[in-house]
This record gives sequence, C-alpha cells and structure tokens, in this order.
Amino acid sequence: MPVITPSTVDEVLSQLGERPDALLLSGGTDVMVEINMAHRKAPAEVIALRRVEELRRWEHHTTPDGTGGTVMIGSGVPYAEMEHGPLAEHFPALAEAARTVGSPQIRAAGTLGGNLGTCSPAGDGLPVLYALDAVVHLRSASGARDVPVGEFMVGVKKNVLEPGELITGVTLPVRRGWQGYSKVGVRNAMVIATASACLAMDRERGSVSLALGAVGTTILRCRDAENWLAAEIALTDAQLEIGDDVVREFGQRAAADARPIDDHRSTAAYRGHAVGVLASRLLRRAVA
Amino acid sequence: MTSTPLGSPEIYRLTVNGESHDVQDAWLGESLLYVLRERLGLPGSKGACEQGECGSCTVLLDGAAVCACLVMAASATDADIVTVEGLPTSEAAPLTDVQAAFLDEGAVQCGFCTPGLIVAVHHLLDHNPRPTALETREALSGNICRCTGYGRIFAAVDAVVASRAEQSAP
Repeated sequence: MPVITPSTVDEVLSQLGERPDALLLSGGTDVMVEINMAHRKAPAEVIALRRVEELRRWEHHTTPDGTGGTVMIGSGVPYAEMEHGPLAEHFPALAEAARTVGSPQIRAAGTLGGNLGTCSPAGDGLPVLYALDAVVHLRSASGARDVPVGEFMVGVKKNVLEPGELITGVTLPVRRGWQGYSKVGVRNAMVIATASACLAMDRERGSVSLALGAVGTTILRCRDAENWLAAEIALTDAQLEIGDDVVREFGQRAAADARPIDDHRSTAAYRGHAVGVLASRLLRRAVA
Repeated sequence: MTSTPLGSPEIYRLTVNGESHDVQDAWLGESLLYVLRERLGLPGSKGACEQGECGSCTVLLDGAAVCACLVMAASATDADIVTVEGLPTSEAAPLTDVQAAFLDEGAVQCGFCTPGLIVAVHHLLDHNPRPTALETREALSGNICRCTGYGRIFAAVDAVVASRAEQSAP
C-alpha cells in the first residue's frame, strides 16, 4: 500500500475518510523509532503530513480589549520554531520545553501534533499545553471539534482521537505573567523526562497553573497547589514576594498530587521527590 | 498529491545530492538511512542507534539537519536531500573546509560519528557563521562521539570559523 503525501488539509481528510486506520506521520521521531526497533509493525497505510503547509503555520488572534489574545499553533510546526522568535516571546514555557526536546535534529522534525498523537506522559510539550489550558483542534471528513487538552489525553499513549480524525492545531491564550518549564533527566541533552513541570502565572486573573509530566498516566494539573498558592500570594501585585516556606510548601503540595510509578527510567519515589523540587524551583525562578 | 507504492516492486523516486534516484524493492516504513545506504549506494551516513539519539546519520532535508533514521524514506519523495557525500567539494578541493579542519585538528578517532558531525557543523556554520561556544555545543548536542571527548571537534569548528572570517574579510 502507498505512502500518501497530500499537500492540503482537505486532501488529508478525504484520504483519511477513505482509509480511517491509516497512520498519520508528522515528524516521524516517535513512529520511526518504533518501526526501526520493530516495536511496531510497519503500518499498512501511511499518510505523511510533511507537505501540508497549512499545518506548519501559526496565527496570533488579538483581542480588541488589548489583552494578549490567543495563538493557534498548527500541529505541524516543528519545535525548532518555538525555541526563538515570536512564539517564544508569547510562550516562554513552550520555548523552554521545546529546547529540551531531544536534539536539534529532533526539534527540526518533531511537532506538537506528534506529541499529542503519541500522548506520552513524558512528552515535553504536553505539560505546557495543560498549564495554559490549550484547546486541541480536530478535523475529519465529516466535521470538526475542539477538545480541551485535559480531556484529549486519557491515559498512557491514549487520547480521544477517533479513526479518521486529524489534529490540525492547538490554541493557547497569551497571558501576562511568568511561565516556565523544567525537567529532570539523566543528562542535559537528548533525554526523555524522568519528571517535568510547567508553571504559568496569570497576573490579570490572579491565578496560577501547575502541570506535571511523567508522574502519572496523563499530565496532571495540581489544583490544590494552584489554589493554595493563589490564595497565599497576591499575584496581581507588581512585585511578587514569596518566602522560603511558601516555596517549600508549594513543592510539597505538587509532589502530593503526583502519581508516579517505577519503570525502566526511574522509581516512583525519585519521581515524586523530583517533581516537588521542580515545582519549588519554578516558583523561585518566577519571583527571582 | 502523490502516492508512493511500497511493499510492492513499484518504484519511487528521491532527490539526493541534486540527483534523482529510483528506489526499488523497499518496504513500507523503511528509513531514509537504510534506503541511502542499502538501496542507493550512499554509505556516508552511518547507522548507530537508529532511534535518533546519536546523530551519526544526520542529513539535510529541505535544508534542515535531521536524523535520516527517523525519516520514512517514501514520505520524502518531494524533498531536497543532501548527504555527507553531497557537500560542496571540487577536484581542486576534494574535502570541504569542515572536513579538512577535522583532519587538521585530529577531531577524528574511530570516525563513526564523523560524517554526521560534518553535516551538522556545515549546517551550524551556514546559519550561524560566528557561533558562541555554547551555541556550538547546543548545535552539536545531537551528535554523540564516544572517542574524542569533543575538545578537538570544537577546535575544528573554531578553525573553520576563523578561516571563513579571514576569507570574507575585506
């Protein structure tokens, strides 16, 4: 059977309508590892997305009231494009996460669409999407739907994508307030997260979001730690001041929300500890 | 839109180093690395990890440095592919300046990682002619060398930066 290389979203959808079980191939950085290592049988049919320019674009939708608006990032935008430039300015946490993905070679190919399609709890883009309440855009030959990222991912490498559906992009709000991403792995480059965390503050709404990666079957939002911190400090103040005790307790509350497991990459105990340290460090950086 | 028949004796076509090549007898899912080495007789790109970790198979795909082992070959039918064999050389200068600098600085020991590093360094210096030490390290962080400890590789990069700057000086 063929490898199909459409050049528009409409062509992808019509091909996908005819062969709903075809493998959608974005950057290939997950799928090809599985095929090379014979962990996945070579698929019967492949629809390769690399020629679809529409998926490689992003758009800033500004709002009349002067707030930040939203940005729609196409599912085929490579991580390399998020590391620097306007996307990095809109979403510093996304830039930090992008910069930790694999190596420059991986970042030139890998995409947020691929991260969502694979849906690994260790995916570096996903905690950022969770912390920023991203909406995932899906299309099929018969329609379109938008799914909040927290409802899109339902388990380890499991999502609600139906046969025949294509992830076309994600929409993120541009917020005023510090945001960052942090991760632990065995080395600095070319590493899959042992534990990861994204902290994002919304200075206008006085709220904070914390999302944890690689410590549960999905990315986890720490509602308890978020609400506690938002009550503890005045996020709308020009100058944030946070004591060591707050930093420590924030980390403890984050760690308490984690649901880590032992596996070949680490232990539950280490992951639980590490993710608390990451949350504390992020908070310290936020007020530095 | 094109459909590339695979898993059948039909042929698809790749453009490698400016030349069009017919690929025969490949199976669906075959990596660009495998096709280059085993189908097209271009063994310069090396296969070490085949999971994107080592960078030994780095090639340029439409100008981006990527791991050939992570590219499904049949998805790249429209792409401009450049391998280490296709870097610009001439009869007068059979090695590129980066290759010559690797030899001069002793940046090669077992040599397995070298083709990938050569492509990655060309890509770096073509986009950033005066990289800082940190930028060089980051740009080469996807190319693993187990012999040299990288010192001589960075020295080779510095030597190319200096010689290119000298040549472009008025």
